[in-house]
Amino acid sequence: MNASDQKRLLREMIFYRRFEERSFEAYMERKIGGFLHLYSGQEAVATGVLEMARCGYDYVITGYRDHVHALKAGAPAREVMAELYGKETGSSRGRGGSMHIFDPTVNFMGGYALVGQPFPLAAGLALACKHKGTDQIAICFLGDGANNQGTFHETMNMASVWKLPVLFVCENNLYAIGTRIERSTAVTDQYKRVAAYDIPSSQHDGQDIDIVMAAATDAIAHVRSGRGPYFIEFMTYRQRGHSMSDSNAYRSKEEERLWMERDPLKIYGGRLKKAKVLTEKDIAAMEKSVLEEIENDVVRFAEESPEPRVEDLNKYCLDDQPDPRWIGPLAQGEQHG
Amino acid sequence: MAEIAYWEAIRRAHDEELAHDRMVIAMGEDIGVAGGTYKATSGLYQKYGAERIIDTPISENSYTGIGIGASMAGMRPIIEIMSINFALLALDTLINAAAKIRYMSGGRASCPIVMRTPGGTAHQLAAQHSARLARMFMSTPGLRVVTPRGPLDAYGMLKSAVRCNDPVIIIEHESMYNMRGEVPDKETFRPLEGAEIVRAGTDVTLIGYNYSVHLCLAAADKLAAMGVSAEVLDLRALRPIDRDTIRRSVEKTHKVVIAEEDEATVGVGSEIISVIIEECFFALDAQPVRVHAADVPVPYNRQLEKAAIPNADDVLAAALKVLGRV
Ligand SMILES: Cc1ncc(C[n+]2csc(CCOP(=O)(O)OP(=O)(O)O)c2C)c(N)n1
Ligand SMILES: [Mg+2]
Repeated sequence: MNASDQKRLLREMIFYRRFEERSFEAYMERKIGGFLHLYSGQEAVATGVLEMARCGYDYVITGYRDHVHALKAGAPAREVMAELYGKETGSSRGRGGSMHIFDPTVNFMGGYALVGQPFPLAAGLALACKHKGTDQIAICFLGDGANNQGTFHETMNMASVWKLPVLFVCENNLYAIGTRIERSTAVTDQYKRVAAYDIPSSQHDGQDIDIVMAAATDAIAHVRSGRGPYFIEFMTYRQRGHSMSDSNAYRSKEEERLWMERDPLKIYGGRLKKAKVLTEKDIAAMEKSVLEEIENDVVRFAEESPEPRVEDLNKYCLDDQPDPRWIGPLAQGEQHG
Repeated sequence: MAEIAYWEAIRRAHDEELAHDRMVIAMGEDIGVAGGTYKATSGLYQKYGAERIIDTPISENSYTGIGIGASMAGMRPIIEIMSINFALLALDTLINAAAKIRYMSGGRASCPIVMRTPGGTAHQLAAQHSARLARMFMSTPGLRVVTPRGPLDAYGMLKSAVRCNDPVIIIEHESMYNMRGEVPDKETFRPLEGAEIVRAGTDVTLIGYNYSVHLCLAAADKLAAMGVSAEVLDLRALRPIDRDTIRRSVEKTHKVVIAEEDEATVGVGSEIISVIIEECFFALDAQPVRVHAADVPVPYNRQLEKAAIPNADDVLAAALKVLGRV
């Protein structure tokens, strides 16, 4: 990877971190409502995996902690922020909010609140790729907790039997809300669990984007070559609470400190400095430009955008321009006695 | 025009739609090699292959979800669930995903799936195989719910459902698969909206859907013998409800019976009565009467089962009650 790509990647991760932290602030100002799940600390996973995918071509789907996945997949940051604000210009026209970012124009097929629900949806996207005979793949990002849902087992089985081109990315941040993984999960190494379905898998450090990219390259190559699904697990940590109301009281300060040292931005920034790709000053300048971009462009767009019109409340329930041939009404002559 | 069985009508619709569009696939348990529990896909595996007639494992929630995901990427899956009772296992992907994806994406994503399933009592299948549950789906925004009463609608509504861009739930009935009826030889589409007056009358409106239309028709025959002219209205679609046709019929007859095979609480009948009150309360000459199942899980014992599920005589008795003839 050349220096300019490395700089771009670092800037992207700084951007994602600032995006999340800025939405935290907007939430505190009550400009964002509902549930807000932040990705701070896990940036290397989505950034690294999707860097190696063909965003806009491959399908991407995930859970409710979805802002960064959407951004890296190609959803415009302005629209994602506007969605958090519930605005008409948002990714989902203000109808979805933080947990339901959609951008089908770049094949980002949504964030979903029901833990484990995206597993089968991802396999279905993959089934469509296979049916169309393209070399597209579907990439499904989910947490460690999701693997205890029935959909995990049902979908792994079908994806394996049908050799679907789907990459399952497990972001193991050790917790499902306040429940630590050993307390809920018999086999804590998640990559081992898919052995039951004969799916190849591996486990890697999710804090170091170089490791993530290397591992993702192999996994994606496997899936794209038509050999069926792959399950890749990244060990990571969320720096903030599960959502806004969570104070992390169940985590030890020592554990948090250790993982804060393994901050993906620090690890990558440090490496680029050591390799003389960037200086401390360059990074500070990068942070400043990100801050300005988010403030002056992204947040400003969200703040200035209009709210959806209440008259449009019923819009988007069903296809609003249905073909009368399929929908009706029944013509008088068609009624029979 | 040929007379064919309900299952044959469904099979023909599958066959035509599979031939029409390569993006159409069928998925479900035992639908391929085995030809389908109700024969509704028989022979199609041989014709279209394992890639398009997909035998699934017993994983209702996830194979429905796979169909939904595939539909978001341009496919048109027809998902068979062997019995509506098992559809309860797929409620997460059906109700939390399929029904909501268009809305929560602000209209940017859609999932044009068709889910077909029989809902109704057959013969002594007992509580876990006799649920009807139409009322649950009809209360869910973002879905279309239709209830073909015979081969023509079973054929033509399935075809429309495949073409339509919304998720469509087709509720069939265990006791109707062998029912015969005329279906034109020429390709025909039947609309997914609109109630139908299946028998015109002037004295009382009998409203049914799915199998209960046949109870209403049988009751109407008996009423005719007694000199009463009953109008029979098939709702056809439970979501959306065709308020106009209901209103017009009630304004004509001023008396209504609603026959449903399901339990009454928060049910089809309660919804239809609300519609009538909202649309044409002053047209009513008598209190509407609901004919419905007993408020119990469906029993196994033959006599108890018969007592739990409404029949044509129950509809007749209800009609006589609204007519003030008892
Ligand atoms: C079906 C379902 N059950 C429960 C919840 C409540 N819930 C939301 S997130 C969550 C924990 C999920 O943990 P994990 O999969 O590890 O993801 P993480 O939040 O750590 O990214 C729970 C229990 C839900 N949203 N959906
Ligand atoms: Mg977790």
